[in-house]
Amino acid sequence: MSEEELEPIEILEMPLGDWHRARGARMVEFAGYHMPIQYEGIMAEHLWTRESAGLFDVSHMGQLMLSGDGAAEAFERLVPGDVSALKEGRMRYSLLLDEDGGILDDLMVTATPMGLYVVVNGAVKWDDIGFLREHLPDEITINHMDDRALLALQGPKAVDALLRVVPGVDALFFMEAGSFFWGPKSDPEPLWISRSGYTGEDGFEISVPATHAKALADALCAQPEVKPIGLGARDSLRLEAGLPLYGHDMNPQFDPVEANASFAISKRRREEAGFNGADRILKALAQGPAQKLVGFSVEGKMPVREGAPVFAQDTQVGSITSGGFAPSFGAPIAMGYVTSQHAPIGTALEAEVRGKRVALTVAALPFIPHHYHRRGKAL
Amino acid sequence: MTRYYTEDHEWIEVDGDSATVGITDYAQSQLGDIVFAEVPAPGAELKKGGDAAVVESVKAASDVYAPVSGTVTEGNDALEGDPALVNTDPEGDGWFFKLTLSDTGELASLMDAAAYKAFVEAL
Repeated sequence: MSEEELEPIEILEMPLGDWHRARGARMVEFAGYHMPIQYEGIMAEHLWTRESAGLFDVSHMGQLMLSGDGAAEAFERLVPGDVSALKEGRMRYSLLLDEDGGILDDLMVTATPMGLYVVVNGAVKWDDIGFLREHLPDEITINHMDDRALLALQGPKAVDALLRVVPGVDALFFMEAGSFFWGPKSDPEPLWISRSGYTGEDGFEISVPATHAKALADALCAQPEVKPIGLGARDSLRLEAGLPLYGHDMNPQFDPVEANASFAISKRRREEAGFNGADRILKALAQGPAQKLVGFSVEGKMPVREGAPVFAQDTQVGSITSGGFAPSFGAPIAMGYVTSQHAPIGTALEAEVRGKRVALTVAALPFIPHHYHRRGKAL
Repeated sequence: MTRYYTEDHEWIEVDGDSATVGITDYAQSQLGDIVFAEVPAPGAELKKGGDAAVVESVKAASDVYAPVSGTVTEGNDALEGDPALVNTDPEGDGWFFKLTLSDTGELASLMDAAAYKAFVEAL
């Protein structure tokens, strides 16, 4: 086939595409969609989210509902988390694993009255759906809820703002979710809301019918605490919070132990195994992984970016998978994989950027403390 | 003194055979918040269109190219402590480097202010 015959891949429009443009967003292509990279500027948007509340449109992510008898048990073959034990309205972070235990995606799974609500990354959602369909029994229904938008309201004042729009949401604690009503009493719209997010701050993620997404986004941005925030700040916020970005800090080459996600391998699953790649993963848990995802503080002001090799003297011992600038404390930060021998916090290493060596130190993650509203935590 | 522009969004202000180079207001607005700039050292030999400096936003690193060939006489050290000068005053205090031109004939291929304005509007 010659090049002329190739159909250009259509970049898809999200429910809030025009809403972003009307608010002055600069749009870029991401995960096959036109998405807002920034409004007033990444730095200002980042800092606003850390001190007030930012509204993120994450409608590119895949919202899936897995239903049918035995959905949790069947899903557990593909993830290392204890899904069966999830009570209704509780959620956990987990990882979709290939047969060898490599990470196909990271995801959030919530037990709901309708089934398992699973949110996956936009960039790999079609692959995920194909993999799930192939590996789940036919009796399990996979409903891709592409008629819904997903908004994230993140920041210390997110609860104040959302509470004025949707009464009752303050009853949720971190990693809890439920159905809430929004709009006029005569014709309320049901929303699925969780107290979760990917910035390290307290906040909420709101699943809303696409037809109502603009009205909800308007209602939220009418609150004085709230500004719309682009993808650029979403990336710098998650990096400061030490949260991995799929396709960069995680991919099928790495297993959950290497990816610093052992916390996502539940106790019961460690004892019972019975998930993809359990042999490799349980061995890595017992003996320690050969390489590990770590954080790095960077000397000086020059950012160290994805792809930069990491050295101990003359030997390459790893590479950077995410790197950038931390607006919260005005210095470059990075994450990457290094051989376990060089993974302890405080290890001095070097990265190579444009032919020059830059001093790195393995740093504790997260770079800034998480501010989640956890159940049982004193206020 | 005459100011010229490149299609890569550098400006160069020429006075005889010396010149000052920076990036345009359009370029800084596209890059967003600048967090780091690396300027060439005095004595560096630059070739027209070759890598001359680096500018980094929160999001990404970008090259600044030499609008003409020449020898660097000074890098803007102020950018080390305050890279945001590139955002706040891109065509003034946020300059990147000064150089001595090796061939003033190369200027003929650059745009003047009116041509650059039209070029940006067409983007």
